[in-house]
Amino acid sequence: MIRIENLSKSFGRNTALSDITLQLSPGQCVALIGPNGSGKTTLLKCILGLVRPSAGKVWVNGITAAGNWAYREHIGYMPQVGRYPDQMKVEQVLELIRQIRGREAARHTDAELIGAFGLEEVMAQRMYTLSGGTRQKVSATLAFLFGPPILILDEPTAGLDPVANEVLKDKIRRQCERGKLIIITSHILSDLDDVATDVLFLQEGRMQFFKTLASLKAETREDRLSRAIARIMQKEKP
Amino acid sequence: MKKIISFVVGDIIRNRIVLAYTAVLLLFSLGLFSLEPHPEKALLSLMNIVLVFVPLASIVFSTIHYYNSAEFMELVLAQPVARSRVLLVEFAGIALALALAFLIGVGLPVLWYEASARGVLLVLGGVMATVVFVALAFLGAVSFRDKAQGIGAALILWFFFALVFDALLLLVLYNFSEYPLERAVLILTMLNPIDIARMMIITRMDTAALMGHSGAVFREFLAGGWGWIAAWMALLAWGGLPLAGAVRIFSRKDL
Amino acid sequence: MKKNSSLRIPFHYIGKMLTAALLVFLQPVFTFAISHVVCPSCPLSSIKEAVETAEEGDTVIIEEGVYEEHGIAINKRLHLTGRGRAVVDGRDQGEILSVFASGSTVRGLTFRNVGVSYIEDPAAIRLVRCEGCLVADNTLEDTFFGIYLQQSEDCMVRNNRITGRAKEEASSGNAIHIWKGERIRVEGNYASGHRDGIYFEFVDDSEIRGNVSEGNLRYGLHFMFSNRDVYENNVFRDNGAGVAVMFSRQISMLRNTFEYNWGGASYGILLKEISDGEMAYNTFRENTKGIYAEGANRLHIHHNEFLRNGWALDVKGNCLDNRFEYNNFIANTFELTTNSKYNLNTYSNNYWSKYRGADLNRDGIGDVPYRPASLHALIIGKVPAASVLLHSFFMEALDYAERLLPSLIPEQLVDEKPLMKPVRNDTH
Repeated sequence: MIRIENLSKSFGRNTALSDITLQLSPGQCVALIGPNGSGKTTLLKCILGLVRPSAGKVWVNGITAAGNWAYREHIGYMPQVGRYPDQMKVEQVLELIRQIRGREAARHTDAELIGAFGLEEVMAQRMYTLSGGTRQKVSATLAFLFGPPILILDEPTAGLDPVANEVLKDKIRRQCERGKLIIITSHILSDLDDVATDVLFLQEGRMQFFKTLASLKAETREDRLSRAIARIMQKEKP
Repeated sequence: MKKIISFVVGDIIRNRIVLAYTAVLLLFSLGLFSLEPHPEKALLSLMNIVLVFVPLASIVFSTIHYYNSAEFMELVLAQPVARSRVLLVEFAGIALALALAFLIGVGLPVLWYEASARGVLLVLGGVMATVVFVALAFLGAVSFRDKAQGIGAALILWFFFALVFDALLLLVLYNFSEYPLERAVLILTMLNPIDIARMMIITRMDTAALMGHSGAVFREFLAGGWGWIAAWMALLAWGGLPLAGAVRIFSRKDL
Repeated sequence: MKKNSSLRIPFHYIGKMLTAALLVFLQPVFTFAISHVVCPSCPLSSIKEAVETAEEGDTVIIEEGVYEEHGIAINKRLHLTGRGRAVVDGRDQGEILSVFASGSTVRGLTFRNVGVSYIEDPAAIRLVRCEGCLVADNTLEDTFFGIYLQQSEDCMVRNNRITGRAKEEASSGNAIHIWKGERIRVEGNYASGHRDGIYFEFVDDSEIRGNVSEGNLRYGLHFMFSNRDVYENNVFRDNGAGVAVMFSRQISMLRNTFEYNWGGASYGILLKEISDGEMAYNTFRENTKGIYAEGANRLHIHHNEFLRNGWALDVKGNCLDNRFEYNNFIANTFELTTNSKYNLNTYSNNYWSKYRGADLNRDGIGDVPYRPASLHALIIGKVPAASVLLHSFFMEALDYAERLLPSLIPEQLVDEKPLMKPVRNDTH
């Protein structure tokens, strides 16, 4: 579904990603983790075509990301920080994205999250009146709204209240079970524990490992993702 | 497409700064027309506001707005849509909203007090100045990742076109005063959108002073069909070229 | 004071003027002359013949019709009067009518087609060494020179309509041309399409009133070496170079309108080497330059209106002791320019519409003195192409700074008492 080959990216002297090769398939829910500045966001942006690779290629459903934009109809994206035009209403933001996605996408929408988050009440409100959490709910709704086969969620649970957090995790789990490919970054590893099937660990732009959560836990003999990661990081230090 | 632009315009026109801008323009215009007993003078003073304040407000507001909407643009760009289209929609939204603010703030009072050809020309000049400086703002904003740098660039651009360019022009005129400079000067003014708009307006407004030796040459050029068209073309190019440059840079940059 | 004495006409002229008036106006009533009627079908069908037949003091009445004649010479006192539309067509053969006899009258005739000659300067009507002649109510069409007075005194040129189709200065004549004369009155004429509308050279103690001179190639009024003259209530409009008054003393210029004189060398009025005159209640409207003064001295310029001119005043450094008072300067692009660092004239109690001072004590006079000279105008004087910066933010800012701290404009050029409101000129 997503194929990445020898992907490198540097911003000036700083190397953000170096020589990453991997393949992601439907039904995987990949936890993308790593310390700050390890290249997580850059990798996501490369898949989304927001950042152009210095070397290597990204394919999404067989289409190269570089120079194309139509392939993004297969992707739903939830950004880390959801900032919207202050004076737009929630319904206008949804309508705006629907317009951009085109008529075909608008035909089979998945409005489940609107109801689950209780967003109907704020539909007519302008974005600047919303709390950070509500804005995050709007972002999550937008990502799932058009039922894309690939979902890229950048820190989706930050700022959500526990109830919404559970709603979202439940949604992710069910989508994954339906054979969608989901990529999540999060600092809150306990949130990932519940949903992830695979773990992709980045450090200083390099892919340290990419394996299933089950095998990771087995290797480290830990039953929590956070512990497993901590163990690996300790091992690396001499 | 129309619907998307209308959403963007609707968002910007409700912006508090844009509302204040409209109110200030309205206050200026109404004040000038009601306090100044000579409509010619009111129109001339208004021209100075239109050609100095409007470019400043347009370029600074557009720059800030561009940086402030970076995250939303990122979200939009994650959708199946070409980058150029997103930037053009954003440009159209800001330019339309600011032009609308200008039309309400200056256009309406001018139509009310001085609905003459020169009044209309002044309003048209102001709309063009708005569009050109929004385009310049975009060119500056896509070129700098840092917001402070971008705003700095916007201010420098404005300062250059509003003041420095004319100072340099005067320097050139002084140093080459032995030569017949009129044609060369006309070409030089085409390098400054504010000067183009100003010359287009005053050749229709302040005719007596432009009847002197050089003035007559300028007037003849700009009043005649081809010169007039050339000036409009130059002004449109000042909107189009920076915008095209901005689209080019934007399409290739990392976000 | 000085101004008044300069306008007073010396006593011995009054007698002469009275005689002239009697001659001109009362003659037809008191003489017992014979009338000769000319018409195309009459026994007398030629004006020339009638003029030859007539005796001193007779009247020649010319009935409606076209008379193809030129070179008519009047050597005795005669009164030529046209009835209906009596047209004398010179068929481009040269001068039509020359008057050499004092006390003669030419009125009510139409003259046309004089033809061009650069050696003889032919005119429709020429008065040579005449006293007390009257030329009135004539219509002149395409005459090279219209009415030409030379070495004449106490004559009146009134209500003539003189139109031409001059295209080049060099090949055109003047509508009313007066060379050497005294006590001439030019009143109520209309002159257009010539080189100069009214031309005065060596003409003293004369008056020009109520004329309209417009659309002439060079000057509406061309005035040289003439002293103690008055011109009043005239309109000079859209002439190639406006009006020029040069090398003259004690001229009164009152209630005239100078308007729409546009061009690089065009002025509402050009004052050159003129002194001790008065210029008041005139209107200068939309001229490239309202007044251009060079070597003008001791003029009293007051109660004039300067409206929407490019430059209201261009006063060169060689102008001394002129007084500018109670003038209104409204919506001019530049109010004043000069080419000197010094100012030897006085400006006071004028209304300058660009003045921005306040009047806290409410005495109608601005609390801060005003400097009307503009740096930009000064720069344009040196570098004409700098007019491209007209009304630019940069130039306005520079102008403003210069007014606060003069370095290039004359520091002493100040109106200490700028008026807060325009002077009301009830004469308009």
